[in-house]
Amino acid sequence: MSAFMERLTGRVKLDGVFAIVAPVLAVVFAGLVTSVVLLIAGNSPADAFTTLLDQGSTPRIIVLILNTSAAYYLSAVAVAIGFRMNLFNIGVDGQYRLAALLAAAVGGAGLLPGVLNSLLVVLVAVLVGALWASIAGLLKVTRGVSEVISTIMLNAIATGLTGWLLTADRLGVLSGNAIGTTPIPEDAHAPGWALIPGTPMQVNSFLIVAIIVGVGYAVLLNRTRFGFNLRATGRSEPAAVASGVDVKRMVISAMVISGAVAGLVGMPELLGGSFQYSLNFPAGLGFTGIAIALLGRNNAVGMAVGALLWAFLDSSSNALQILDISKELVDIMKGVIVLSVIIAYELVHRYRTVAAQRRVSRELAAPAEVEGAAV
Amino acid sequence: MGEAAITTAIATDPAVELTGITKRFPGVIANRDVRLSVAKGHIHAIVGENGAGKSTLMKILYGMQRPDEGEIRINGSAVSFHTPGDAIGAGIGMVHQHFMLADNLTVLENVILGSEPRKGGLAIDFGAARKKIRELSDAYGLGVEPDALVEELGVGDRQRVEILKVLYRGARILILDEPTAVLVPHEVDELFDNLRVLVREGLTILFISHKLDEVLKVADAITVIRRGTTVASVEPSGVTARKLAELMVGSELPSPETRESTVTDVVTLEVSGLTMVAPGHGPVPKGTSAEQLKADGVRLLLEDISFTIHKGEVLGIAGVEGNGQAELVEAIMGMRSITAGTISLGGADITAWSTLKRREGGIGFIPEDRHRHGLLLEAPLWENRILGHQTREPNVKGVWIDRAGARKDTQRIVDEYDVRTPGIDVDAAALSGGNQQKLIVGREMSGEPVLLIASHPTRGVDVGAQAAIWDHLRNARAAGLAVLLISADLDELIGLSDSLKVILRGRIVADVDPGAVTPEQLGSAMTGAGEDT
Repeated sequence: MSAFMERLTGRVKLDGVFAIVAPVLAVVFAGLVTSVVLLIAGNSPADAFTTLLDQGSTPRIIVLILNTSAAYYLSAVAVAIGFRMNLFNIGVDGQYRLAALLAAAVGGAGLLPGVLNSLLVVLVAVLVGALWASIAGLLKVTRGVSEVISTIMLNAIATGLTGWLLTADRLGVLSGNAIGTTPIPEDAHAPGWALIPGTPMQVNSFLIVAIIVGVGYAVLLNRTRFGFNLRATGRSEPAAVASGVDVKRMVISAMVISGAVAGLVGMPELLGGSFQYSLNFPAGLGFTGIAIALLGRNNAVGMAVGALLWAFLDSSSNALQILDISKELVDIMKGVIVLSVIIAYELVHRYRTVAAQRRVSRELAAPAEVEGAAV
Repeated sequence: MGEAAITTAIATDPAVELTGITKRFPGVIANRDVRLSVAKGHIHAIVGENGAGKSTLMKILYGMQRPDEGEIRINGSAVSFHTPGDAIGAGIGMVHQHFMLADNLTVLENVILGSEPRKGGLAIDFGAARKKIRELSDAYGLGVEPDALVEELGVGDRQRVEILKVLYRGARILILDEPTAVLVPHEVDELFDNLRVLVREGLTILFISHKLDEVLKVADAITVIRRGTTVASVEPSGVTARKLAELMVGSELPSPETRESTVTDVVTLEVSGLTMVAPGHGPVPKGTSAEQLKADGVRLLLEDISFTIHKGEVLGIAGVEGNGQAELVEAIMGMRSITAGTISLGGADITAWSTLKRREGGIGFIPEDRHRHGLLLEAPLWENRILGHQTREPNVKGVWIDRAGARKDTQRIVDEYDVRTPGIDVDAAALSGGNQQKLIVGREMSGEPVLLIASHPTRGVDVGAQAAIWDHLRNARAAGLAVLLISADLDELIGLSDSLKVILRGRIVADVDPGAVTPEQLGSAMTGAGEDT
């Protein structure tokens, strides 16, 4: 089971063509399953997919996809940092919501002028996310509490805490029936650019932040000592201990970094869309991140593709209602993609293991090595 | 092999007859054209090196693996097993090397687990089970008490429970996989007495081992497996242990002997008063003396261990496995905390150092279990080169991993240590055990270590790799390395060590001169039988 989870979360690499083939097969398979569902419901799959694609290629929706995918991607990276060392940070959801609320409150107070205020907002979000996640890390290393349990519970606590903080006599401000934090002054809004011709909608600058975080993630994991230790711990904790890795410190560090990135998840929306934390602030992005991290096998590029795919499905799903198809169809599709991607990775992994062993014994061209204990 | 091959021609059908058994795994042939004939009522030993294919063969016989070719006959009729259930149905039972008993259940509950006798549909008929267990225990002289709690039993008793478990399921052919590995000598004798009773009652026993003395003592017939195939069937009366060993390795035995002494008077490692309490005693104040702890009834894993290793010296630690060797190694590596005592390396007190700092200070470590502690199996060789050396040249530059440097040095290790691999980008898992071990040895010798902790350095590797590893250890010793050698291979210990200490129940109980001791004497010292050196 644990070996299976390792393959699932990408700690075992799939190289070359397999890294592409497996997810593509999974998406195709998900398309087939969704088609069957549509046929059963009496709709035309061709119409549905054409509508999705048509809608997804309109300039307005393209901008929407790009902006949404920034948040999805940040969430996936936050989850992936934990995954790579066998830590399941289910708590990204609570971390980003709490971070966004407190950051929104600080930003709304307008303590600093202009761009300094937006930087302050981001800094507060990162710190709050890191701190909230570090609780789970500390509980794990000092008391052996499973981070899965503690982060799930911290999510519930974060929900309660944000609800309590977002009341009129605390951080909330009542306007009509709606309650939210004081809106962040306009000079602190994140800049955007109307990059896509044909629509005045702006691509938000957090797309660039997401790309930088993605590059940073890849570099940190693959090129640094810290990343090596993190991956080594994920692959084999006993081997990491024997090699001198301080596993407890790694657990704390990984949770803190994961939480810090999680803190960024709410920022595209806060500084680029709503400018305040209200009851309408998007929830559940942390769980989206888990699905995308699985889909992209914790690979920086893979997760980017996954985030774009998810954003595409979410952003263009409304168009299905024109055909009288429930937009929840895309949820079925997302679910099937995740399940089939897991199966596809497993099948490809088995094929690859056998192929690699064959290759090694063939290339050595020695009389077949006898290994009685080989199972 | 020719002259030793004796066909056992028995009047009745053999209990087990294997012909032409072949089993391939991707990339390896685990068994090739295996022929085996086991007479009814015999204790038939299967001997062979680690990795020779004994385990795979037994898994085939027990239905855990299916052969690609060949035929299995049980009592004369051909069978085909798909699961262990089929094998059990045919009267075959297996006693695994590692006991599979639930500690918190009684003997009775453990025995019936999975084949509970029913009474009135739902209820378990404990009465009938207890009666049957008593009958079996008396009939075969096992002396098992059905209502004893398993956690209160010793190792020998647990093994008898395992045997009873398979008898309870109606087994007439017993496979014992390395049954003596976990036993101390007097328990081995008891086991052999039990086995003799079992065969007298008409059972057949397949006894897998690589301990040749034991095999010669108990077996009625011996089959030797080498490189996946049966190379000889011999009778114990017509063969010596040395002859058997040569049949096992297929050539003259390589000798681990070192030539002249290179021991200097410069102390590299000094361990003094090292004491470690067993987990589960709650907090014990650091620095409490071993005597005080013992007086308080605290169980000690390591008790007041002191020794020094000099530059150019190999210190061997002999002992039956599980007497504190693993704990000692982990204490010196800083992987487990100790209760009292000090460790110093080259004059510096390293007792409070982290594992990383100790490694940086020049301790190399060949772990006992290379898959658990020595390698990242599903990472390429060059990443495995970095493991344990992730703060040192040529693997890193500051906080960055130096890929080019690490890859280049991995290639150097592959070349110098003769690691057979198509390249440094294959996963460590794809290499054979011997080549994995050579990679580890090469890595741990890198960066000019001053102390090497070698825990079972040649366990489970083929003879060629074994000789190569011995050479590397000898050369390093000549170059001034201090080595702490822990091994279960007494010839290796005696041959390589400059001095030898015997560990028993966490204590150093004897100093032995490797120049004057025989494996037999060392073996008896390991069991505390007497200090006749």
